[in-house]
Amino acid sequence: MQAITHQSTATDWITVCAVNDILPNTGVCAWVNHQQVAIFRVGHEATLYAIANYDPFSNAYVLSRGIVGDRGGIPKVASPIYKQTFNLATGECFDNPEISVPTFPVRVVDGQVQVGRFE
Amino acid sequence: MAKQHLAKKNLIVIGNGMVGHKFLERMIAKGAAQNWNLIAFCEEPRVAYDRVNLSGFFDGKTEADLTLVEPGFYQNHQIQMHIGERATKIDRDRKCVSSAHGSTIPYDKLVFATGSYPFVPPIQGKDADGTFVYRTIADLEAIAAYAKHCRVGVVIGGGLLGLECANALKNLGLETHVVEFMSRLMPVQVDEAGGQLLKREIEAIGVRVHTQKSTTEIVNENGRVYKMVFADGTELHTDLIVFSAGIRPRDDLARECDLQVGERGGIVINQACQTSDPNIFAIGECALYDNQIYGLVSPGYLMAGVAADNLCSPGSSSFAGADMSTKLKLLGVDVASFGDAFAKTTGSRELVISDAIQGTYKKLVVDATATTLLGGILVGDASIYGSLMQLMQTKTTLPPHLEDLLLPPRSGGETALMRVENFPDTAQICSCNNVSKGDLCAAIRDQQLTDIASVKQCTTAGTGCGGCVPLVTDLLKAELKQAGIEVNNHLCEHFAYSRQELYHLVRSSVSSTDAAPPIQTFDYLLHRHGRGAGCEICKPAIASILASVWNDLILNPSHAGLQDTNDAFLANIQRDGTYSIVPRVPGGEITPDQLIVLGEVAKEFNLYSKITGGQRIDLFGARVDQLPQIWRRLIEAGFESGHAYGKALRTVKSCVGSTWCRFGVQDSTSLAIALELRYRGLRAPHKLKSAVSGCTRECAEAQSKDFGIIATEKGWNLYVCGNGGMKPQHAQLLAADLDTETLIRYIDRFLMFYIRTANRLERTATWFNKLEGGMDYLQRVVIHDALGICADLEAEMAHQVATYECEWKDAIDDPAKLKRFRHFVNADHPDPNVIRVEERGQLRPAYEHERQLLTIGTQP
Ligand code: SRM
Ligand SMILES: Cc1cc2nc3c(=O)[nH]c(=O)nc-3n(C[C@H](O)[C@H](O)[C@H](O)COP(=O)(O)OP(=O)(O)OC[C@H]3O[C@@H](n4cnc5c(N)ncnc54)[C@H](O)[C@@H]3O)c2cc1C
Ligand code: SF4
Ligand code: FES
Repeated sequence: MQAITHQSTATDWITVCAVNDILPNTGVCAWVNHQQVAIFRVGHEATLYAIANYDPFSNAYVLSRGIVGDRGGIPKVASPIYKQTFNLATGECFDNPEISVPTFPVRVVDGQVQVGRFE
Repeated sequence: MAKQHLAKKNLIVIGNGMVGHKFLERMIAKGAAQNWNLIAFCEEPRVAYDRVNLSGFFDGKTEADLTLVEPGFYQNHQIQMHIGERATKIDRDRKCVSSAHGSTIPYDKLVFATGSYPFVPPIQGKDADGTFVYRTIADLEAIAAYAKHCRVGVVIGGGLLGLECANALKNLGLETHVVEFMSRLMPVQVDEAGGQLLKREIEAIGVRVHTQKSTTEIVNENGRVYKMVFADGTELHTDLIVFSAGIRPRDDLARECDLQVGERGGIVINQACQTSDPNIFAIGECALYDNQIYGLVSPGYLMAGVAADNLCSPGSSSFAGADMSTKLKLLGVDVASFGDAFAKTTGSRELVISDAIQGTYKKLVVDATATTLLGGILVGDASIYGSLMQLMQTKTTLPPHLEDLLLPPRSGGETALMRVENFPDTAQICSCNNVSKGDLCAAIRDQQLTDIASVKQCTTAGTGCGGCVPLVTDLLKAELKQAGIEVNNHLCEHFAYSRQELYHLVRSSVSSTDAAPPIQTFDYLLHRHGRGAGCEICKPAIASILASVWNDLILNPSHAGLQDTNDAFLANIQRDGTYSIVPRVPGGEITPDQLIVLGEVAKEFNLYSKITGGQRIDLFGARVDQLPQIWRRLIEAGFESGHAYGKALRTVKSCVGSTWCRFGVQDSTSLAIALELRYRGLRAPHKLKSAVSGCTRECAEAQSKDFGIIATEKGWNLYVCGNGGMKPQHAQLLAADLDTETLIRYIDRFLMFYIRTANRLERTATWFNKLEGGMDYLQRVVIHDALGICADLEAEMAHQVATYECEWKDAIDDPAKLKRFRHFVNADHPDPNVIRVEERGQLRPAYEHERQLLTIGTQP
């Protein structure tokens, strides 16, 4: 399995689950350092993205339960509450450029998903 | 007195109705504001609105929907609009107009656009409470308010407006009668035979028609309408009467200042729309040209254009009469009448096809040699009106077999003559706004229009009566096709198909004979027919299509990621991210034991409980990790999923019916339960709701449902395409007095036809409003099998019914599915941000301001 994304600046990694605990093209929420992190598995391989689980439009912790997709090739997730969409790579909201959610480093090691902390 | 610009001359318009407003628009478009102070008196409390679609007011259209005036139009163009101010006097010597508010304004030129008023025959008792006319929004508001306390309503006058008004009364829930003095309905437009057919069709919808009745007295009781007495000695009890016995031009001011008026009223105008005083013009329904009043909007619009032209450059255009052709849908029945409908031209001949089975009557009037079309009448199906109008207006040589024009093509396509592509550029497509085929084509090409909404906006075609919209749509499609552009009704960027086309791709893959496997997953459909990765638009829509075709469980791994959160967790998400639970309670019937279980579960999990608007019980506030535990309890007690989360059948509400009620004529509860169990879980383009009432009192509100059933002495009446919610719409009668078996067969066909053809998130009411041919067409498809698909539709439904499974029952027994029901993938504690507050003895989510006061523990 090939694994990816934003690992460069992270130093401190926490293993949260197996890749196979995440159905292809869905998300899960992990509890990492007292924060809620939404992790998405895009496609059938092990391409992962991690953003905050907090939806700034509804103030609820739900983004991991949104529908995953793409907009012009850019991977995104739609909030399950009011349907705003967020760029999975950058956390930017497509519907309102002034709003974005934090992103987290994420990688796969030996079939295990790890979320990192930026230093 | 309002300030006037000195260098400019004053142009005063009296009346701000449809034509008065069109005139102002024309003047602005011609740049006339540079030379004129434009001033208008508007007697009504609101500026110009769409009177033609006035009845839409009863179908949920608001004042804002009906207005003709773009926001800011009058202000931006410095038009002085005197709203709610009637002009009361014209002094032609001093050249000024006085108003009811006491202002007096001088004019250089004056335009009458005062329209007309409804004629009320001088019948004794005509002023009693409960008598109305049908002309303005204020009239409709008054009727609606009064009708709340009425059972029966009568329209006096069976003309075009009378029937439209009858429709409105019927939609207000009144037992509706139409009383017509002549021997047939719509005597001006339709001949005897057509009128008889129209009467039959309209009576079939439940409006009672009384022809050849002359009212001699309206009897009051305590000042309110009580009954009507007719010349033949018969009587009719009624609570409300609307007069629709013709219109009279509003020429009183013109008379008072001695302008020339016609013998039977109307301000006489010449070809320049000038009255007998060259400084005064008259346009619209108040004007009399060549001894004729034009009671339609399009001739009025023509006059508005001519008057504007002549005011800006005298002699530049002229009015030479106008066509009085009309096409309408009255009570769901198409009626059209055009040209020389009554064959008055010498030597003219008629061809009539009357089909009592389909309920259609079609007549063509042709010249002596049958080479050109002079006019005609269409009742029951007027879909070819636009094409026939073109043949008539362009004097096209007719084909040898005239009947081919009236009958659907036997084989191959329609007659080439009738296709909009083949019309000449001069052909007038929109008669309301006088837009030709050439105008439309030019706009489509030059401004690169690709959808009907922008065509309407840029050309104004289709914004009047709407009758030309099918032709405009055909033309747009033809133009785009010619330009090599696909008409874009694509679902989203990932699929270059409409929902209907995608449905067809999936459905036809079931029986496809080619080597490719059937399409059973989103990924495979995307691979074969789409691009990219999908999104929140196409995924749920395709999940729904797959469910409608295959009826797989929606949480199977290949479907799980496609579902909106409600479907993904088989529950309804709430504002704090927790869920509500709605078990199915078929027909609203529930045993005490079931109630106790619901109470126990609610207590145990501390759920907020509420009776829903759908006759069942909703338990709110379950965390995602609690959902399976709760459902295990509910399923043990015999409950199953209520699909409150799905674009699927919701509830079939019932009244108690003949089981208990003294008025019930059938067992409505049993039928509601049977229907709810039959269609439970059925996935559709949008949610589906139903209800069954045990008698005409309609306690279950079946007429507001996607399909609603009302018991009759003889069986069941089936109503379809109703809607509550945002834009309420009454359901319409599809078929009457059905036995239960036929009823279910029709519902099967209706639902599957809707599922096949509707757009994404389109309720049946919206779908129906776009369905060309309306109820007539739907009846032909569902009852008469005009498309030859009924056997397929029934088989598709049978598959659905046979393969139903409770999604929750499946999920609680499937460890793989259950894995998703937890908030954290790596921890067992719940979402620490869910905070509750007590209100009226139950818990609800805290509001943001309350949250700040409560300590939020980030640590579980
Ligand atoms: C719970 C309930 C309100 C209540 O407390 O009584 C309700 C709650 C919601 N309704 Fe409703 N509607 C409820 C009965 C109705 C009714 C009454 C009825 O069914 O007789 C209507 C009008 C009838 C109709 O639909 O024609 C109704 C018209 C709507 C609409 C407008 C639909 C429309 O076509 O205009 C929406 C919005 C939509 O679906 O797009 C909506 C949407 C919703 C949503 C799904 C909004 C949302 O996305 O959160 C709510 C889900 C709450 C939940 O978690 O259950 N709800 N809603 C009712 C559940 C009935 C049930 O037992 O299943
Ligand atoms: C229910 C209904 C359905 C219709 N359906 C169709 C249809 O399908 N197709 C079609 O072609 N036509 C239809 N018509 C007819 C169409 O509405 C009229 O032809 C059109 O409105 C005429 O426009 P107008 O400006 O001449 O008159 P109106 O629209 O009546 O406007 C005249 C205005 O002048 C005001 N006014 C009068 N006197 C004064 C005064 N002294 N001072 C100030 N203001 C004054 C009136 O209050 C009114 O607002 C329908 C009409 C009704 C009522
Ligand atoms: S009316 Fe609005 S707020 Fe009330 S339940 Fe329906 S959708 Fe929710
Ligand atoms: S013909 Fe009435 S809107 Fe075009």
